[in-house]
Amino acid sequence: MSFILLIEQVLNGVQSGVMLFLMAAGLTLIFGVMGLINLAHGSLYMVGAFAAAAVAAATGSFLLALVAALAAAALAGCLIEMTVIRRLYDRDHLDQVLATFALILIFSEGTRFLFGSFPLFLDIPAALSGPVMLPGGIQYPLYRLVIIGVGLAIAAGLFLLIARTRIGIQIRAGEADREMIAALGIDIAKLYTLIFALGAALAGLAGALVGAIQSVQVGMGEPVLILAFVVIVIGGIGSIKGALIGALLVGLTDTLGSVLLPLFFANFMEASAATSVGSSLASMSIYILMAGVLLFKPTGLFGEA
Amino acid sequence: MKSLVMAASVAALAAGGAWAEEGKVKVGMITTLSGGGAGLGIDVRDGFLLATKMAGNENLEVVVEDDQRKPEIAVQLADKMIQSEKVDVMTGIIWSNLAMAVVPAATAQGKFYLSPNAGPSALAGKGCNPLYFNVAWQNDNLHEAAGAYANDAGYKNTFMLAPNYPAGKDALTGYKRTYEGEAAGEVYTDLGQTDYAAQIAQIRASGADSVFFFLPGGMGISFLKQYANSGVDLPVVGPAFSFDQGILQAVGEAAVGIKNTSQWNKDLDNEANKEFVAAFQEEYDRLPSLYASQGYDTANLLLSAMDKADVSDAEAFGEALKEADFDSVRGKFSFGNNQHPVQDYYVREVVKEGDVYTNKLIGPSLTDHADAYAADCKM
Amino acid sequence: MTRETILNTFLFLLLPATALAAFALDEPFIITLATKAAILALAGVGLNIALGLGGLVSFGHAAFFGLGGYAMGILAAHAQSYTPIMESPFLIEGTKSMPVIWLVALAVSALAALLIGALSLRTSGVYFIMVTLAFGQMLFYFAISWPAYGGEDGLSIYVRNGFPGLNTLDPLTFFGIAFVILAAVLFFAGRLARAPFGLALSAARQNAERVEAVGLAPFKLRLVAFVISGAVTGLAGALFADLNRFVSPTMFSWQTSGEIMIFVILGGVGRLFGPVAGAALFILLEHVLGGLSEFWHIYLGLLLLLVVLFARGGMIGLIAGREVAHD
Repeated sequence: MSFILLIEQVLNGVQSGVMLFLMAAGLTLIFGVMGLINLAHGSLYMVGAFAAAAVAAATGSFLLALVAALAAAALAGCLIEMTVIRRLYDRDHLDQVLATFALILIFSEGTRFLFGSFPLFLDIPAALSGPVMLPGGIQYPLYRLVIIGVGLAIAAGLFLLIARTRIGIQIRAGEADREMIAALGIDIAKLYTLIFALGAALAGLAGALVGAIQSVQVGMGEPVLILAFVVIVIGGIGSIKGALIGALLVGLTDTLGSVLLPLFFANFMEASAATSVGSSLASMSIYILMAGVLLFKPTGLFGEA
Repeated sequence: MKSLVMAASVAALAAGGAWAEEGKVKVGMITTLSGGGAGLGIDVRDGFLLATKMAGNENLEVVVEDDQRKPEIAVQLADKMIQSEKVDVMTGIIWSNLAMAVVPAATAQGKFYLSPNAGPSALAGKGCNPLYFNVAWQNDNLHEAAGAYANDAGYKNTFMLAPNYPAGKDALTGYKRTYEGEAAGEVYTDLGQTDYAAQIAQIRASGADSVFFFLPGGMGISFLKQYANSGVDLPVVGPAFSFDQGILQAVGEAAVGIKNTSQWNKDLDNEANKEFVAAFQEEYDRLPSLYASQGYDTANLLLSAMDKADVSDAEAFGEALKEADFDSVRGKFSFGNNQHPVQDYYVREVVKEGDVYTNKLIGPSLTDHADAYAADCKM
Repeated sequence: MTRETILNTFLFLLLPATALAAFALDEPFIITLATKAAILALAGVGLNIALGLGGLVSFGHAAFFGLGGYAMGILAAHAQSYTPIMESPFLIEGTKSMPVIWLVALAVSALAALLIGALSLRTSGVYFIMVTLAFGQMLFYFAISWPAYGGEDGLSIYVRNGFPGLNTLDPLTFFGIAFVILAAVLFFAGRLARAPFGLALSAARQNAERVEAVGLAPFKLRLVAFVISGAVTGLAGALFADLNRFVSPTMFSWQTSGEIMIFVILGGVGRLFGPVAGAALFILLEHVLGGLSEFWHIYLGLLLLLVVLFARGGMIGLIAGREVAHD
């Protein structure tokens, strides 16, 4: 395998990692501050993609579609936070898992009820379509580069938000000691709704950005959700830094595993058997990574016990 | 005395049942109506019900159930159809893995099964059965047609791509059965994979002159959108599953111009097809898909057999089915010795008609084509 | 008798009563549904040993359910094609005998639970939930892509496996087998909860430090509980595969883990008969709602939400009062 191809695959891994980060950041924030496992996070991703597809079809503007995705997912987030999620904060994880599992069922079939059973159309804007030439002669889709840029910018923004702003201070205080911030006279209910909506908006944005190069269909959020959980567990639940590093690790393992493992097995196996064995192992690779990390660090790379 | 009364009433019941069902056929349709992949099941169902409605045959009763694309649920529904609903004929299953779970058990219990979509090789070869009829294709057929087209188009070095599951492996086997050139690469992706950047990079680096892929449903949408945007401009060929009416609108411009292979298209020039396409649009206000055409043909095959024989006489009814004496929307249609289609396969091209993406017929790919497993069928 | 005991007796007898009524009315499919409920309840009882007694929220019990299913599928597939499973170093033949299959399913899933538990129990809380999920997913992807036993297509067994002296093809007989096993396991689980082991395990759930202080190792207690729990769920998997005469990777999917968890929670966590009530209710809903609307998952979701939000303690808790009775 040539060096250029390897670089290109690394870029692909980074790109999928960055999108996973948008999902994982919300999950980990919500867990860190409110102590809630939200399985319905993948549904918010789907809501974002569907809202974007619907608005793009109506207006033809990708920018408006992204705004719609952010707004729809944040709105859906607020709605479920105020009606359901709020009642789950002081429950055990088991109740949270079940209630948010129920939300998945409602969101998935509700979306199918509204939009039908066929996938929707959402395309990248013309200005961002096609490949660009990178130094070293690598041809790479412009849109994927933009996604990497947007994802990293949002990551930087999140770090600033948490490190420098008033909200960030409240968030950090909430992570450290939940009772404490109530005592400080902060409106906890409002803060929680805000954090949940922020997480939802990030998921919705990821759904719209990824939806443009994938299939916008019911159930699209579930595989991503599982991956995002793997990410935050590897990174350490509650840690934004952990989520970023975990997301990049998972993205790279997944991408490079699917390319390199079949090649590796081809060294001592017949070609089609190597493809088969390599692909099988590649699809298990991130779970093996996760189990491996937890063996050595039971609370993830950056988690606290 | 008591047992005698029992025996008499059982006999009366059995006889009563037979009289009541004179000429009547009860069909149990198990198909995917909810969750991912529901679009295919809905199309098969709608095509089937359209044909029954047009025929107006009151002796035909259809029970429809949703398998949620879960094989365990399909098996239980099959039990229900056979034990409680007491159906005579079963149909509807979309996916090969569900068909493998249901069909052998159904035929073993003496029920006819007419497959409107799945055609796993195990049921075409050694596992063929007098009660099992495939009205769509054997799974390899569309891929074989793609391989034949690749030869005609002069492709010499194809990069092949399919998900890592049995139907994916069958797809590459089918393509290679007819394709005469070299393989620039063979890659198996995860089932349900959504990002193909890694594979597209491999295609770019492989030196291939063409790409064959089998990625049904959402996987195909993702691949095509990403491929169109990658700057790789090798010609692509694949079976119709990724270019069907239901999903083409979601792929959009990225699919235009791509050649795909199918046994049917909406502009096939025959009377039955014209009537079907017009009636389907009239009834459901959308263009019919491949799956709808298969559901429609399945119902018409069944109706044709009902005119000739009574379903209680399994042998005669089987013979009547095997004659395939109905006007197929595909034009020519007959069954081979393993009761799988012998039919023509065509090359289609994705075009945009007004605002709608659809397929245009280009020409034949394989004619009077049967399948590779027929010889293994001792029937 | 407490209200819960009365309710439990009623629930317990509801399944065979349904099956017998269905038999009298010649509705064999209802018997099949009752059998399914009994088997899924068994899977739930298995999970409940880890979840209710040990406080171990496993989101990966589909792994054991699937392994039990595949134990049945692989043994029966070899028996049906008359090919040995392996010839060297020693010959292993397939089998169509249910008792042998059950033993293998128990052993295989117990072994898997030992391995998975030994690794996962190093973590706790959400990490534990997610690690068990990861192990389930590993097996799921392995089953899909491993070609030897059908991959995603799964394995069909044409004739249900046999039990000496019984006609297992008769729906009522097979229901009887499943029900007797369920009853035996319920009895065992009830005894387990009151045995010193169960009490120590409960204590470790409530306060691990205190248990450690009296010289017991919470890790070992939990591992043993996890192994028993996995083995019971594996046995349920083997029965489920025999009910369908079919196994496929969907038995390993995370939705399956979620469903088993739903049975437990719907009925009431930590209540011996909770999974029985939960599984029966789930099957009933699936059957009734599924017939009403294509979009029945919406109603199922709403109902689950209501149970979690407003009926803490599940259905049994709702009817029998909130305190978990120690019977």
